[in-house]
Amino acid sequence: MSNPLVSIRHLVKSYRRGNQSVPVLEDISLDIAEGEFLVLMGPSGSGKSTLLNLIAGIDTADSGSITIHDVDLSLLSDSALAAWRASHIGFVFQFYNLIPVLTAFENVELPLLLTSMSRHQRREHVETALAVVGLTDRMEHRPSELSGGQQQRVAIARAIVSDPSILVADEPTGDLDRVSAEEILNLLEQLNREFGKTIIMVTHDPRAAKRARRLLHLEKGVLVL
Amino acid sequence: MFILKLLTRNAFRHKLRALLTITGIAIAILSFGLLRTVVSAWYAGAHASSGNRLISRNAISLVFSLPVSYKDRIRQVEGVKNVSYANWFGGVYITEKNFFPSFAIEPATYLGMYPEFILSDSQTSDFIRDRKGCVAGRKLAERHGWKVGDSVTLKGTIFPGSWEFNLRGIYQGKKQTTDEGQFFFHWNYLNETLRKNTPRRADQTGIFLIEVKHANLSSQVAQAIDGLFKNSLAETLTETEKAFQLTFISMTEAIVVAIRIVSYVVIVIIMAVAANTMAMTARERFGEYAILKSMGFGWFHIAGMIFGESVLLALLGCALGIGLTFPVAAAFAAQLDQFFPVFLIERSTLWLDLFLSLLVGLVAGLFPAWRAVRIRIADGLRRIG
Amino acid sequence: MACEGLAEMRIPLAYSWRNLLTRRLTTFLTAGGMALVVFVFASIMMLSNGLEKTLVETGSDQNVIITRKGADSEMQSGVDRNQALIIETQPELASGQDGAPLVTRELVVPIGLIKRGTSKPSNVIIRGISQQSLLMRPQIRILEGRLPRQGSAEIIVGNSIARRFSGVGRGEQLRFALRDWQVVGIFDAGATGFSSEVWGDCDQIMQAFRRPLYSSLTFRLRDSVDFPSLKERLESEPRLTVEVRRETTYYRDQSEAMATFIRILGISLTGIFSLGAMIGALITMYASVANRVAEIGTLRALGFQRLSILLAFLAEALLLGLAGGISGIVLASFMQFITISTMNWQTFSELAFSFSLTLAIVIQSLVFALAMGLIGGAIPAVQASRLKIVDALRA
Ligand SMILES: Nc1ncnc2c1ncn2[C@@H]1O[C@H](COP(=O)(O)OP(=O)(O)OP(=O)(O)O)[C@@H](O)[C@H]1O
Ligand SMILES: [Mg+2]
Repeated sequence: MSNPLVSIRHLVKSYRRGNQSVPVLEDISLDIAEGEFLVLMGPSGSGKSTLLNLIAGIDTADSGSITIHDVDLSLLSDSALAAWRASHIGFVFQFYNLIPVLTAFENVELPLLLTSMSRHQRREHVETALAVVGLTDRMEHRPSELSGGQQQRVAIARAIVSDPSILVADEPTGDLDRVSAEEILNLLEQLNREFGKTIIMVTHDPRAAKRARRLLHLEKGVLVL
Repeated sequence: MFILKLLTRNAFRHKLRALLTITGIAIAILSFGLLRTVVSAWYAGAHASSGNRLISRNAISLVFSLPVSYKDRIRQVEGVKNVSYANWFGGVYITEKNFFPSFAIEPATYLGMYPEFILSDSQTSDFIRDRKGCVAGRKLAERHGWKVGDSVTLKGTIFPGSWEFNLRGIYQGKKQTTDEGQFFFHWNYLNETLRKNTPRRADQTGIFLIEVKHANLSSQVAQAIDGLFKNSLAETLTETEKAFQLTFISMTEAIVVAIRIVSYVVIVIIMAVAANTMAMTARERFGEYAILKSMGFGWFHIAGMIFGESVLLALLGCALGIGLTFPVAAAFAAQLDQFFPVFLIERSTLWLDLFLSLLVGLVAGLFPAWRAVRIRIADGLRRIG
Repeated sequence: MACEGLAEMRIPLAYSWRNLLTRRLTTFLTAGGMALVVFVFASIMMLSNGLEKTLVETGSDQNVIITRKGADSEMQSGVDRNQALIIETQPELASGQDGAPLVTRELVVPIGLIKRGTSKPSNVIIRGISQQSLLMRPQIRILEGRLPRQGSAEIIVGNSIARRFSGVGRGEQLRFALRDWQVVGIFDAGATGFSSEVWGDCDQIMQAFRRPLYSSLTFRLRDSVDFPSLKERLESEPRLTVEVRRETTYYRDQSEAMATFIRILGISLTGIFSLGAMIGALITMYASVANRVAEIGTLRALGFQRLSILLAFLAEALLLGLAGGISGIVLASFMQFITISTMNWQTFSELAFSFSLTLAIVIQSLVFALAMGLIGGAIPAVQASRLKIVDALRA
């Protein structure tokens, strides 16, 4: 196999609380191959979200390196990192984080505004993405008019619309009932299998963890098997 | 006490927002106070006038003069105690910028009629003795750095030429509301010069000042005087000093009205700002209100919390605003004493400040309180998420 | 590297706009506050513009007015017959169709008239005119009736006086200077100071008021460029003690004190008021940011740059300002129907003028409103763009 898609080396991260520093991640090293479905588990406060955020390029490490697609994230400037995220990462959050004043269609369209696509192309992409998550009939609804499961599906559509290679999901089913959660997990599995997306998911839900092709445990900032 | 603590804690939950709102209200109260003071300064002359004094002028308009010979006939009118006369001189000191009211007066009688101008006996007699003598108000003398004994030259706008005077006295106001910015000199000095240069304009005066024995006699005396000169070449119009002053003010009434309206506009503006703050505060706390309701608190508790908070903010702003009004008004008065010789904050202004800020507080709380009281517990709780 | 996404794409304006719409009450109150400030601002500009317009249109650049040296206004001035004769024979004067020079000797006196709905007199100017007076002021039209006959006690009344004072309708009699004067016409002088005057035959008025002197002499120049040399010559002529001014300059001087007063009052008022409105915008925009921290985090996570966030919030503040500005201007445009009449201190008589709205004022008001929004929104917008993504998402 060629180089791994994501390669993490000696990653260290700590937070400052008052004048004392609290270590969160201690010397993490990890490779993730293209097309993997990786699930991170671990007790609350173990640093799962922190690790995910670092991989997604919305936080910066104290030391160590993250290389994705042969790009060392620590070398990117703030604005270059933003542009990089726009084309490589799709986000799925626990609380969906849709923009309340925009319709489902417009929410999904948002990431495409960062590309040079024409209005017509954007419409096609958004419709495709919404078709994948099965919400073509809810395009003009605002988030407040959708159920939690539907909102999460809109969020997934938004995550995949710009065709990123990696999807990061932080407890995507944490706020959903069992049926909706199953739907979301099926969707993610399908995206991984049929569309070849690399998925990195944090979850507390053992049933969600079963979908993983690879399962990692994080405890007190250290990976355990 | 607990209530006040709760209200203060709530009000300052968003420190910045609370401070901004208080500042806004303070600015509004400050400008309202200043505008009101400007309006009362406009009327200061009329308020300071005495009910015992009448003014006779040419009935056509003030620009026309009256023969000074009328004096003796006016004196004989029943009820008249004393008569003096004065001419508006309209001089400027060095340049047009230094304009102040200047009058040619008959010194002995005039000063006798204005006990509010305090001038020492020696200065008074010096002034009366010197044909070219003049007297200036304290503020006016200070503004131009004049001292008794100085020679002062005015340029005439109505009576052309340079006019030289010797400053013989500086008067002080008896009360705070007395105008200390006027300038007086001998009517005789003016008249002698006019006799030489433009005899047509000599032996004339702008107004007669009439002191009546009792304020009750005013209208009777005024009618008698006007009757004396009816159908003569120069008919008179006699009215109380106050009415005379008000005629001037009524001519510029449009400006006063505009200032009045504008002073209330600022209150409305700040009402919008305060209402906005309360609307946002209440919106953020709908969840809390729902919880309080579910615990059994009544609508009046919730409305009370909202009104209490907005009134508290308004009153703090009011206190700050009133505190600022005094120094700012003092600075204003120093800058503008040429236009507003009397610039004092009236007590009624402060009461009005207080009333208006209470009003702002109540109006600001009205809509949010109404919404908070009406909200259903279930809806309110849903907003917490 | 990684430059493909750097094309600075912006968050759509609809986002800012809808956020304003969602918080309708807050938006309404903030924009309303700004609208009132813009209203005051625009009104004062319109007022000083209206005053300026009135006085500038009163005079003509071709006309020259002669008053006594040192006199601020015609009211204080006096020119005698000999002086008038010297001036009338100057070669620079234009002549009319009949060959006679275009010059008019006029007398100006203020009289007290009773305003409608009050009992207090206000000063109104009576102007004694000659035959040439109308020729030299083409802006004047007779609306009703006719001109006064020479040698008779007849007068015509400016329409602004006719509207606001009692007893000055056509056919009515006005009593002043011991005589009854018949009102034979109403004239319209456009937006000029003449609309606030009463005109009658100059000789009759001089007799009635026993005035031996004219107040002023006004003549038309043959060629406007002759003015400086003529002024120089007349003002240094020993037999004359006069001041020579273009009519336009003269009327501008007349209103200087009033215009300055309005301007100073206006600037200080709008200055203070705009502080209040900016605080309102600041509060609103701070809350707008505070309520949307998670949203800002999401947008940043999706790849929007700090600048895009900054622009989105600035756009929101500018829209707020724009809404306030437009409503303020609409409110102020109704002021055009109002005429203000007040005493001009310098002439000691009534002057009527209206609020006049111009494109320049509209633009200035809009810029002012946008500036208020911008200043109020700047700090919160910067704050929003500076949020750290992880912190914002945790909120
Ligand atoms: N911005 C921050 N400032 C200070 N401490 C932080 C910050 N973010 C995270 N932490 C701390 O870092 C540790 C790890 O946090 P993280 O959010 O990664 O945990 P997690 O594994 O995702 O937990 P959970 O399962 O509850 O989401 C926690 O102890 C948290 O308190
Ligand atoms: Mg987490």
